[in-house]
Amino acid sequence: MSVLVFVESKHGKVSKAGFQAVTYGSKIGEVTAVTFGDVDPSVLGEYGAKKVLLHKGLKEANDQQSTRLVVEAVKETGADIIVFSKDQAGKAIASRVSAALEAGLASGAIALPVTDNGFVVKTNVFSGKAFANVKIKTDKKIISLIPNSFPAEKVGGTAEIVEVSYDLGEAGVKVLELKTQGEGVPLPEAEIVVSGGRGLKGPENWWMIEDLAKTLGAATACSRPVADIGWRPHHEHVGQTGLAIRPNLYIAAGISGAIQHLAGVNGSKTIVVINTDPEAPFFKAADYGVVGDAFEVLPKLNEAVKKFKANQ
Amino acid sequence: MKLLVCISKAPDTTSKIAFTDNNTKFDENGVQYIVNPYDEWYALVRALELVEAKGGTVTTITVGTSADDATIRKALAIGANDAVRIDTEAKDAYYVAKQIAEYAKDKGYDIVLTGKETINYNGAQIGGMIAELLDMPYVSLAEKLDVDGDTAKLERDVLGGTEVVEVKLPFALSAAKGMAEQRIPNMRGIMAARKKPLQVVPPVDVEPLTEVISYEMPPAKSACKYIDPDNMDELVELLHNEAKVI
Ligand SMILES: Cc1cc2nc3c(=O)[nH]c(=O)nc-3n(C[C@H](O)[C@H](O)[C@H](O)COP(=O)(O)OP(=O)(O)OC[C@H]3O[C@@H](n4cnc5c(N)ncnc54)[C@H](O)[C@@H]3O)c2cc1C
Ligand SMILES: Nc1ncnc2c1ncn2[C@@H]1O[C@H](COP(=O)(O)O)[C@@H](O)[C@H]1O
Repeated sequence: MSVLVFVESKHGKVSKAGFQAVTYGSKIGEVTAVTFGDVDPSVLGEYGAKKVLLHKGLKEANDQQSTRLVVEAVKETGADIIVFSKDQAGKAIASRVSAALEAGLASGAIALPVTDNGFVVKTNVFSGKAFANVKIKTDKKIISLIPNSFPAEKVGGTAEIVEVSYDLGEAGVKVLELKTQGEGVPLPEAEIVVSGGRGLKGPENWWMIEDLAKTLGAATACSRPVADIGWRPHHEHVGQTGLAIRPNLYIAAGISGAIQHLAGVNGSKTIVVINTDPEAPFFKAADYGVVGDAFEVLPKLNEAVKKFKANQ
Repeated sequence: MKLLVCISKAPDTTSKIAFTDNNTKFDENGVQYIVNPYDEWYALVRALELVEAKGGTVTTITVGTSADDATIRKALAIGANDAVRIDTEAKDAYYVAKQIAEYAKDKGYDIVLTGKETINYNGAQIGGMIAELLDMPYVSLAEKLDVDGDTAKLERDVLGGTEVVEVKLPFALSAAKGMAEQRIPNMRGIMAARKKPLQVVPPVDVEPLTEVISYEMPPAKSACKYIDPDNMDELVELLHNEAKVI
């Protein structure tokens, strides 16, 4: 089966979620990756891409032009299956391509397709509280994969790189400026996340979260009220109305674990909850629980991690 | 300005999620429906603010059956001028997008607003599909929107930051948090909503591209292991050796 994987690039690098999507695609068939910009995409071969189509003329993941790029690449490769990462850019482009090709889209896949009865993909619905098995009924099939739901694997191959120069038409959306969130790992890509809620009492106490995050090489997050009152920036808000994340480790301090908060973090592999209230609902979703005061537990945990790292 | 806001209903965020008919249908027993929060709090309210400041109309559009009328009236109570319901069950994302695009294509809307995603299906598909079908630019995950003449300026969420973008009308967008503040409808709005036009139009013929064949619940979590707050070394040890995450 011929699989086309769209890989976003930014600041001269192909995205990490792209590696996961290439690994995923290579379990289904022979992968051609398509990417753009001033990047060296040869690394995609290491994750299993046999071929990479590179469009140097396109500089950013502009949704109209990226859609044309993918549509042209599908024509060129005759791909039956098209894989996107369901991140910010991938979401928009996957749905445009679906409409352009009239090809069914399984949005938010967390597993490989099952093909013994049609082509069925398991996807996340109800904010991670359930899964839907989506059957794609068209000949061409599109899958958008939830970041961090499928690990990237290095298989050590090499990809043939082919520069393409398709006419991509106009970019309807003009980018004036990019405001970055400063250094540190972007939250959706982070493997470890340390998060705080209203139990931390005020923004002046966030050093406890930040210190632990720094020791662990983690990103920081927060509950919605914390972002709403302005203790923390909005982009840190996780949950049903914020960002949904799936890190390997999610440490929540002073967060009660309301159903809307859980909706954004229940895909995490391991959850640690620190809360003074043994009845806090979050403990039901936790793998490890510490009933205690975050003001004491967080610094102690930070020291323990430092000691552990020093002995590694 | 002529604005079209796509409104869908969604189960209240505290609803118990369960399935019936051999796990093929969402169990609606005891479920309260609300207007999908992204559509209501952000897309609709920002559309109303723009029209209040610059003149124009806000029409809502919903693909659904008469069971959706209560949520449509809520959108009218918040302030939309009129509503359209395409009278059919929402079969899949493409089916819905095609219905909306077919209705909107010759009506000259300046902006088609959708929510970031529905909180039940989390597809985040329909806005992009409508944009493609109407051959419009699409600004997804927009957190700010201002319009000046025939040009709009928006901020949107991208990987690792926020992008400031400019686009010419007409275009489509999906609205995320930050775009506006929730509005609670008042008594006058609720009374007025009863008299506002809700036009019911027949669907066009469209084959859905996908179908949900069954639902599953995630495997139950094993019980939480409690660790003494004075023994963080033990927690670190477990995270390393048992969970293997550090
Ligand atoms: C439609 C809708 C959408 C929503 N979307 C989201 C969303 O996306 N994300 C989200 O987070 N919320 C969301 N909410 C809000 C959600 O319902 C909760 O109100 C919110 O998550 C609570 O935040 P919190 O846990 O920080 O605060 P609280 O509920 O106030 O909990 C604070 C916790 O801290 C504990 N605590 C207090 N002192 C200490 C201490 N010293 N040490 C340790 N623990 C301490 C307390 O025991 C308590 O459990 C939404 C709500 C609605 C209605
Ligand atoms: N049945 C529907 N009728 C009208 N608009 C809808 C419908 N379903 C979804 N939408 C719109 O499309 C957005 C994205 O939905 P989804 O692709 O299902 O996540 C929603 O926030 C709504 O604005």
